[in-house]
Amino acid sequence: ISQKYIMSRYDRAITVFSPDGHLFQVEYAQEAVKKGSTAVGIRGGNCAVLAVEKKAAAKLQDDRTVRKMALLDNHVAMAFAGLTADARILINRARVECKSHRLTVEDPVTLEYIARFVAGIKQKYTQSTGRRPFGLSTLLVGFNVDGTPHLYCTDPSGAYNEWLANAVGKNDKTVREFLEKMYTPESVADEVGAIKLALRAILEVVQSGAKNVDLGVMRCRDGVPEWEILPAERLSALMAEIEAEREAEAEKKRARKE
Amino acid sequence: MNLFAINYQQSCLQPVKHGLQSGNLRINFNHGTTCLAFKYSNGIVVSVDSRASAGAYIASGTVKKVIEINPFLLGTMAGGAADCQFWQRVLSQECWLYELRNKERISVAAASKLLANILYNYKGYGLSIGTMIVGWDKKGPGLYYVDDDGTRHSGNLFAVGSGSTYAYGVLDTCYRWDMTDDEALELGRRAIYHATYRDIGSGNSNNLYLVKPDGWKFIGNYDTANLHYQYNPVAAE
Repeated sequence: ISQKYIMSRYDRAITVFSPDGHLFQVEYAQEAVKKGSTAVGIRGGNCAVLAVEKKAAAKLQDDRTVRKMALLDNHVAMAFAGLTADARILINRARVECKSHRLTVEDPVTLEYIARFVAGIKQKYTQSTGRRPFGLSTLLVGFNVDGTPHLYCTDPSGAYNEWLANAVGKNDKTVREFLEKMYTPESVADEVGAIKLALRAILEVVQSGAKNVDLGVMRCRDGVPEWEILPAERLSALMAEIEAEREAEAEKKRARKE
Repeated sequence: MNLFAINYQQSCLQPVKHGLQSGNLRINFNHGTTCLAFKYSNGIVVSVDSRASAGAYIASGTVKKVIEINPFLLGTMAGGAADCQFWQRVLSQECWLYELRNKERISVAAASKLLANILYNYKGYGLSIGTMIVGWDKKGPGLYYVDDDGTRHSGNLFAVGSGSTYAYGVLDTCYRWDMTDDEALELGRRAIYHATYRDIGSGNSNNLYLVKPDGWKFIGNYDTANLHYQYNPVAAE
């Protein structure tokens, strides 16, 4: 039996147009994303922040092995919502591409380039025989060589856009509406402001508590990019501050009503 | 004996001895040329000759050995003219695609790396290319020597071709980082003149280019015979 004969089993396209112009497989993939745990990305004035909802780990599971944020290069990080296994594949390909770009062009990737690359892979799988689309949306943050922070978002269709702040996954609409109300360039001008906004945004849809949220910050010190995942104590302290600020705002509202 | 010769295992990987052959007579379109380029404080000078020789026959005295890849990148030609021209035109195409996709001009490092990687893929197939990729990008002046065995070197000063040794003699004596544009151009001109004087594979005329932050500029074509009398004026009788 020749190789060609076996391969013909995979000759059929799975993602095909419907009569009214929909790619249902892509739309179903987007549904899968909506079931995934929430991820929030903020582009600050001098940093970029990612916050992800941490699903409660089973008792016997070592929760350090479940990381929803991945470093693609020392200046690019990615969070995602959707199928974790699909994400692993994309993360690997993106990591190789980041290194390959450094080798052939002698320069680190720009955020736009790597977002375009990830989106390009996703698009290819919506137009290949025998394959299904990737079931995840990604949030890519990082610094370009020129020192500017950026946030990009890709989705299962292979579209990518740059954002100032965005959310993907469960309840992304709620979080995005919150961000549209609360995001101002001044409020995220410094790192603490950006981190607090990301936390506030994700706490709209996630229960408060350091064990429910993972937060990572990409900053650039003297041209050297640095990725930090905030330790639990720092998270708790920030959440406590946010709680206090919320209380204060609630008090003010009550005072104004009376 | 060339201590660094690669051991070609199979005959299909034998280095191609290029040149037309008629019986015992072999005409080699060979590396008769002198090309040089050097960086200095205010830019980069590219200076080349214009002779194409086929053995003892001068096939042309008006060859353009500087290939204009784009308004900010130049490539010099040494070795096989067709190989140089073709692959540098392919490089122009790739540079333009890079610019369209990434919305910014390609760096000299990336352009030279693209060419070097292409040439490495054809290693052992008999390509004959010894080129310098010269340009100005946001990292400043860029000068890379790239050749057909996949070598790629960055540097401040290179001379390539059969007349390169004569050019190096002049360059290494008079080169300084701090030069005015005129001094640098004069150095480029002189070095090519001396190479064309002594090397039979180089001659006819000198093409001079100057690369600045806003791109390259063609300075002029100088007949080396005229240069000879300029540098060695005949005393009035």
